[in-house]
Amino acid sequence: MAGSILGNRVLRKEDPKFLTTGGVYVDDLLTEPALVGALHVTYVRSSVAHGIITSIDTSDAKSMPGIVAVLTGKDLGLEPVPSAYNPAATRTLLATDKVRFVGEPIVAIVSNTREQGEDAIDAVIIDYDVLPALIDLEEAMASTTLLYDACGSNVVFDSMVLGLPDNTGDAYFADCEVVVKGRYLNQRVAPCPLEVRGAAAAWGKDGRLTEWLSTQHAQGAVAPLAAANGVEESMVHVKTPDVGGGFGAKIGAYPEELLLGVIAKRVGKAVRWRETRSESMVGLGHGRAQLQYVTIGGKRDGTVTHYQLWAIQDSGGWVDMGTILAPFMTRPMSSGVYAIPNIECRTTSVVTNTTPTVAYRGAGRPEATAAIERAMDMFALEIGMDAVEVRRKNLIPKFLTPHTTVVGQTYDVGDYETSLDKALVAADYKGWRAKQKAARDSGATKQIGIGVSVYVEITGGVGNGESAKVEVLDNGHALIYTGTSPHGQGHATSWAMLANEQTGIPIENIELVWGDTDLVPIGTGTMGSRSLQQGGNAVFAVAAELVNKAKSVAARLLEASEEDIVLDKDSASFHVAGTPAVAKTWAELAVAEKQAGGLVHSDVINVSGATFPFGAHVAIVEVDVETGKVTHIAHTACDDAGKVLNPMLLEGQIHGGVAQGVAQALLEEVSYDSDGNPITSNLADYAFISAAELPSVTVVHMETPTPVNLIGAKGIGESGTIGSTPSVQSAVIDAVSQFGVKHIDMPTTAEKVWAAIQSAR
Amino acid sequence: MIPAPFDYKRASSAAEAISLVSEYGEDAKFLAGGHSLLPLMKLRLAQPAVLIDIARIEDLSYIRDAGNHIAIGALTRHMDVEKSPILAEHVPLLSFAASHVGDPQVRHRGTIGGSIAHADSASDLPATTLALGATYVVQGPNGTREIAAADFYKGFLESALAPDEMLTEIRVPKMNGATWGFQKFNRRAQDWAIVGVAAWKRGTESGVGLVNMGSVPVLATSVAKAIAGGASIGDAAKLAGAEAEPQSDLNASAQYRVHLAEVLVRRALESTSK
Repeated sequence: MAGSILGNRVLRKEDPKFLTTGGVYVDDLLTEPALVGALHVTYVRSSVAHGIITSIDTSDAKSMPGIVAVLTGKDLGLEPVPSAYNPAATRTLLATDKVRFVGEPIVAIVSNTREQGEDAIDAVIIDYDVLPALIDLEEAMASTTLLYDACGSNVVFDSMVLGLPDNTGDAYFADCEVVVKGRYLNQRVAPCPLEVRGAAAAWGKDGRLTEWLSTQHAQGAVAPLAAANGVEESMVHVKTPDVGGGFGAKIGAYPEELLLGVIAKRVGKAVRWRETRSESMVGLGHGRAQLQYVTIGGKRDGTVTHYQLWAIQDSGGWVDMGTILAPFMTRPMSSGVYAIPNIECRTTSVVTNTTPTVAYRGAGRPEATAAIERAMDMFALEIGMDAVEVRRKNLIPKFLTPHTTVVGQTYDVGDYETSLDKALVAADYKGWRAKQKAARDSGATKQIGIGVSVYVEITGGVGNGESAKVEVLDNGHALIYTGTSPHGQGHATSWAMLANEQTGIPIENIELVWGDTDLVPIGTGTMGSRSLQQGGNAVFAVAAELVNKAKSVAARLLEASEEDIVLDKDSASFHVAGTPAVAKTWAELAVAEKQAGGLVHSDVINVSGATFPFGAHVAIVEVDVETGKVTHIAHTACDDAGKVLNPMLLEGQIHGGVAQGVAQALLEEVSYDSDGNPITSNLADYAFISAAELPSVTVVHMETPTPVNLIGAKGIGESGTIGSTPSVQSAVIDAVSQFGVKHIDMPTTAEKVWAAIQSAR
Repeated sequence: MIPAPFDYKRASSAAEAISLVSEYGEDAKFLAGGHSLLPLMKLRLAQPAVLIDIARIEDLSYIRDAGNHIAIGALTRHMDVEKSPILAEHVPLLSFAASHVGDPQVRHRGTIGGSIAHADSASDLPATTLALGATYVVQGPNGTREIAAADFYKGFLESALAPDEMLTEIRVPKMNGATWGFQKFNRRAQDWAIVGVAAWKRGTESGVGLVNMGSVPVLATSVAKAIAGGASIGDAAKLAGAEAEPQSDLNASAQYRVHLAEVLVRRALESTSK
């Protein structure tokens, strides 16, 4: 028989569609019967960052062509909703009394065409008493101007409320020979999925709401939709069309989406909504936005003994998911790959008059990695030791049974030094150091910088397992129902490979069903790099159970004992051992089992924990020291995601992850002026990276399987982002450290690099 | 991201375009490649009541050797300027600059005349044609007139064009025998320049145009004067900011822009771009 399909470069079965006719996104649901004739919703958004709404005049807008309704929060009777992360913070889904960031929705316009809604925006007159805009995190922490009066402070979450201790300050480092301090800004970035947010809503004659949503987690949207629409959860049906990227920002449902059912009920017709890119840049949640105070201490021989991190998380204008990433993702990973015996980490989350922050590719782990890696570099620079050697000296030695760090986080398996060595060899680290020396000695305009990061992250930290259902149809084809939610990753291919491995059914005969809460009621969605290790694992286990079930049917039909039935995967048929000539195909078994409910098995398969992928990245940059311009000329990534299902998909994840990580290091930053006006709300101003700014990525494979699931897989969706950012930032600083530069905050733009050289010289 | 409503008229000749613009007056805008105007309309920063589409006036798309100069029709696409053998031979600086406008999609749609008439100091071709000492030919209800590039740019997105006039031709002196350089400093390949420099030099004669160094494209006359007076390139380049009034914005401070201009002018004059 042929070998296993697992581990092979199987081409993505979804690509012919995406590359020819294209996906079917929310906006493409033109022939959906329930949405024919749907009205369009356009939101009028706050033009001020912080203010009290004194009046809303919708009368002119109502009389404009094609306008069906112009609705305020009061018109809709909206009640304040508490934040899940700090219930003292409440807001209405359309702002009624106070606005807290530019872009916050205030009024919903319902129109016959989308263009008419856009035309009516300017006719809605909103007056504000403007309040001071709090954009700077530390200013917001100290200010007596509060975003949420009931919180009593702009600090809306602190690790100390979890019973964790405060940091003890400089005294902590009394025994250290060397102490280095840093203040790092892990800047605010915008996730920028190619498909912006969109949704549609229709009420059925049965009183049920159907909402089509561009989301990473349909099942998670049911409860908030039910609450917003005042119905039981059983009366909400969420359907997910194709989704053009999410990067974490489409995990939660947003006010603009939650309100569509309410609006549809009010106007008595189905409605659809699609934001523009400019709206998306202020309305879709942002990521990162963490200010870090770091102190690292140890011995002159390179041993790090103490590390202290105070992570101040910018929540933005609402207490959304970003609030809790620092305490629950950054803090647990603060030790990184290092065996540091003493660590203190406090996190403080602060509201500001900016777009709320949510999860974004890595969600708290990139921030932890950036902090410790930058600290390691500064420590190495201080003691005059090669940064790689300092890392090597402090790495947690290889472990294949669980390892618990001093902050209390248990990692599954790790072999950090091997990943470092593999990356250094593949990148020709020594060769680049020689080239760097030559450039330095010659005083060339273009100087070389080399940055190395070693990281460990946490994946599959969300959910304890996943649902899966595998059903074989009369024609022998299979349907897989998954609680995960693809939006670019390649689930259709991966899950078909896993089911094929168990059943022998060819992958072209296996289709995937997801994101429909009637068809897949249980699911935790796709986020935190969990899909394969939980969702794929469930498909693998359920498909195996279905094979057992099929064997019992085959035994009945072949009048044999179940133990004697074997599955021949090459022919996808069952026979009695030794008599392959008399076989029953999946189709025959499915037909035979039809009266008994069909050939189907479903289950929720638990996993025993999260996994901790790790790796090492080496970035090479060239810096024009006259202008500060950085060119990223080479990048090597060794990412260990455990057992690899499909190396091609893995490499795609690494390439994309590296691109987004490099973008943060070099280019991207969401900026506001001092009044809180966003100045990066289109893709001309916001420096979304392109292929022209990136080198080809050298991917080095390494597999250390995890024991926590059946397939040995860890997550790979975020590793590239986590590992690349600190390596590139480090490389830029390394290029100019010869002039006395010790740190440059991200993004390391040309002007910042140039200014750092000027002030150091 | 959705433009305000507008009327659409298509002109099949320059005369028809001018007659249409005379009819609709200042509410009308010419639409050529659309790569400057349409983004402004989508952001509703521009809300013309009438668009007069001139993109299909075929006799305004040409590149001809006219003796001392090369004549370029206003509706010539950037890609045609970039690939022109005539320009490659006689005005390679302009071809090279055109190859740095936006990305290939933009260059296949955008036109040299549209870019110049839009008069954006951050665009590459206004400053480049300024450095080259170009003359612009414009047509109005009463015939044609010529405007020197140095007299054309009047303010932020403002030019010497009257509302009922249309740019029809760009005349660029031949630069055979000159060394030249084009330096575009940006964050990303397809971005507008943070600072750009178009420069050429033939003995003590030279021309230096600066992109995005003020509200209008800047002719760095002090640099040219210094070179004419025998100064070294290095010394002359230090005067790059003399005529500039750069802004501080998201991408760069004014001070850094001046520094960049000095470095880039030196580099542009020192060696021919490749």
